[in-house]
Amino acid sequence: MRVALMVTCVNDAMFPGTGQAVVRLLRRVGVDVDFPQAQTCCGQPMVNTGYLDEAVPAVRSFVRAFEGYDAVVTPSGSCAGSARHQHQLVAARSGDAGLAAAVAETSPKTYELTEFLVDVLGVTDVGAYFPHSVTYHPTCHSLRMLSVGDRPRQLLEKVRGLRLVDLPKAEECCGFGGTFALKNADTSVAMGTDKARHVRETGAEVLVAGDNSCLMHIGGVLNRGRSGVRVMHLAEILASTEERPA
Amino acid sequence: MTGTFVGMPTFPSAARTALADTQLRHNLAHATGVIRGKRAAVVGEVENWEDLRLAGAAVKDRALRSLDSRLVELEESLTARGAVVHWARDADEANRIVVEVARAHAVDEVVKVKSMVTQEIGLNEALEAEGIAAWETDLAELIVQLGGDLPSHILVPAIHRNRAEIREIFRRRMGEVGRPAPDDLTDEPAVLAGAAREHLREKFLRAKLAVSGANFAVADSGTLVVVESEGNGRMCLTLPDVLVSIVGIEKVVPTWAELDPLIRLLPRSSTGERMNPYTSTWTGITPGDGPQEVHVVLLDNGRTRALADETGRQALRCIRCSACLNVCPVYERTGGHAYGSVYPGPIGAILNPLLKGTGDPQTDSLPYASSLCGACFEACPVRIDIPEVLVHLRAKVVDGHRDDRVPKPEALAFRGAAWAFADPGRLGRAERLSSVAGRVLRRRGKASLGRLPGPGGAWTDARDLPVPPAESFRDWWKRTDGGERE
Ligand code: SF4
Repeated sequence: MRVALMVTCVNDAMFPGTGQAVVRLLRRVGVDVDFPQAQTCCGQPMVNTGYLDEAVPAVRSFVRAFEGYDAVVTPSGSCAGSARHQHQLVAARSGDAGLAAAVAETSPKTYELTEFLVDVLGVTDVGAYFPHSVTYHPTCHSLRMLSVGDRPRQLLEKVRGLRLVDLPKAEECCGFGGTFALKNADTSVAMGTDKARHVRETGAEVLVAGDNSCLMHIGGVLNRGRSGVRVMHLAEILASTEERPA
Repeated sequence: MTGTFVGMPTFPSAARTALADTQLRHNLAHATGVIRGKRAAVVGEVENWEDLRLAGAAVKDRALRSLDSRLVELEESLTARGAVVHWARDADEANRIVVEVARAHAVDEVVKVKSMVTQEIGLNEALEAEGIAAWETDLAELIVQLGGDLPSHILVPAIHRNRAEIREIFRRRMGEVGRPAPDDLTDEPAVLAGAAREHLREKFLRAKLAVSGANFAVADSGTLVVVESEGNGRMCLTLPDVLVSIVGIEKVVPTWAELDPLIRLLPRSSTGERMNPYTSTWTGITPGDGPQEVHVVLLDNGRTRALADETGRQALRCIRCSACLNVCPVYERTGGHAYGSVYPGPIGAILNPLLKGTGDPQTDSLPYASSLCGACFEACPVRIDIPEVLVHLRAKVVDGHRDDRVPKPEALAFRGAAWAFADPGRLGRAERLSSVAGRVLRRRGKASLGRLPGPGGAWTDARDLPVPPAESFRDWWKRTDGGERE
């Protein structure tokens, strides 16, 4: 199986450690993952802000980068959702039939990390070790756009040493929302502050989620409040081992 | 605040004011939390809820697809049953029709059944300008009206008020417009409701003319349907001699049988009840029973515009249950006034631009008043994909500015991003700049960025931002040969 990593633009520029964790994790479970250099961004920031024409170049580089692979794996529910649900829209608007055909090929084989592990590889125990208390925030797009359901929990429950604590009001949006965080900064911060409060209520050492953008927002609020809670991407916990702890 | 939304600020600035109101935040979080819980419980009881949603959506879609012929059918069946049918293109035409009916009967007051559409057209204000008093008879609407306030929720217009505030409004204002509140008025819900009942009874018994909307209008039989919880609607619909019903043209349902899924979806989604306490249906005139003169105003007011929008037309399926408001994390924090319209929350964020068209700064701010979390779509009983329509409307807003002589900074930023994302080499170079900045900052011992000047401040005023890494993933992959040479 030829598997490509779509690292996402945010992870590439801001959270390279997440991409590195995915690479280590996938190799450990026997997948030889490639990183096609032609990739840039899934185009979601443009689409969700209404700049559909501006999303076309990103979608073009997406299909160029990932054509020919059997599976595209990404550590982001949001970007997987964008590939699966928005690329067709962008291609249709561009009026380029070739692009639409390429999208029809790449978008169904794009998987969020936990979907890939559980559904495609059929593994839930990835041999991870992480001896800390952790609370899980299901980000909106993995929850509602992709319906990843309890796959992340299945994976976390198999991590040795990990104590999973329930997050109150887990399913409520953290308030990130892409450019919403800037255009409606006050509302976004109000939502993030409530989310951060619920995180602190759990007493967990670590907040984990499958999207670094949301974590950057919640973490930004937690950090400003000197909460002492560490935010981590799910991939980093799953990649963590006794020999090489995260 | 007075009873009109005209000239409201854009969403972000109205929201800022609301967010600073701690009492409002508390009232809203409490009320939406309670309704959410009730709704979840009764929806959970229905085994085939998903099928019911699909059936409800299908009924509305079928009606909307043949709206022209259904409306003519409705007009014919209504006329055959003795009602007078009027067509109104916009708010002014609709209001004028009501004023004329009121004048013809020389009345100077009307009683009203809670109705969103009469608020949409500003009927109370239009009647007032003609010296005709319009009395709201729904308890929450009465609170809003007496308080000189604006509604802030579709179902619970006074959701932003607590008991103590309501008691104060009743004591201060009831006497000025009719029967005063009793001297021993407490803030017990039952006592407050009792005072409203006494106050309203006087008006029900006196009124010659009632105004209502309709939840549904059945085309084949000419039947209008109103569902409500307090019985005030039934009083208005049966006691006065003359009834004027204003009905948005999207309320049409082809047949009586097709009401079935809708009437089951509505109460569970809105009040969290298995069935609403009162369902009133009336078909034209019944001699010797109820109003003997019935007018039905079929109102467009932007609905055909919305219908012409392929992606947006699904919003016309809306049965105004307000479930989307109650689950919306943005609405929960800002309340309804921030949306500057009688239709607040997620549905308001799409319905207003669809009805009015984009191009006005206030309306154009609404599609952005969402984090696109999708909770509204999940809750909507008629499966309106609100996030999809929001994104579609954002694109309309952006497209409306494509020919601006001076592009907005945001447009320039996205054009720049489009340029960088077209080519991994360009993106890589941009990332290297950020890595350099990251290295410098790290050397100075910074783990996160403090408050940034300029547009970055929108993020960093209340949130830290991590310092960029010293090396992008792309560069790490190249340097280590995909992690082989770490
Ligand atoms: S959009 Fe859906 S959930 Fe919202 S009020 Fe309308 S029917 Fe109810």
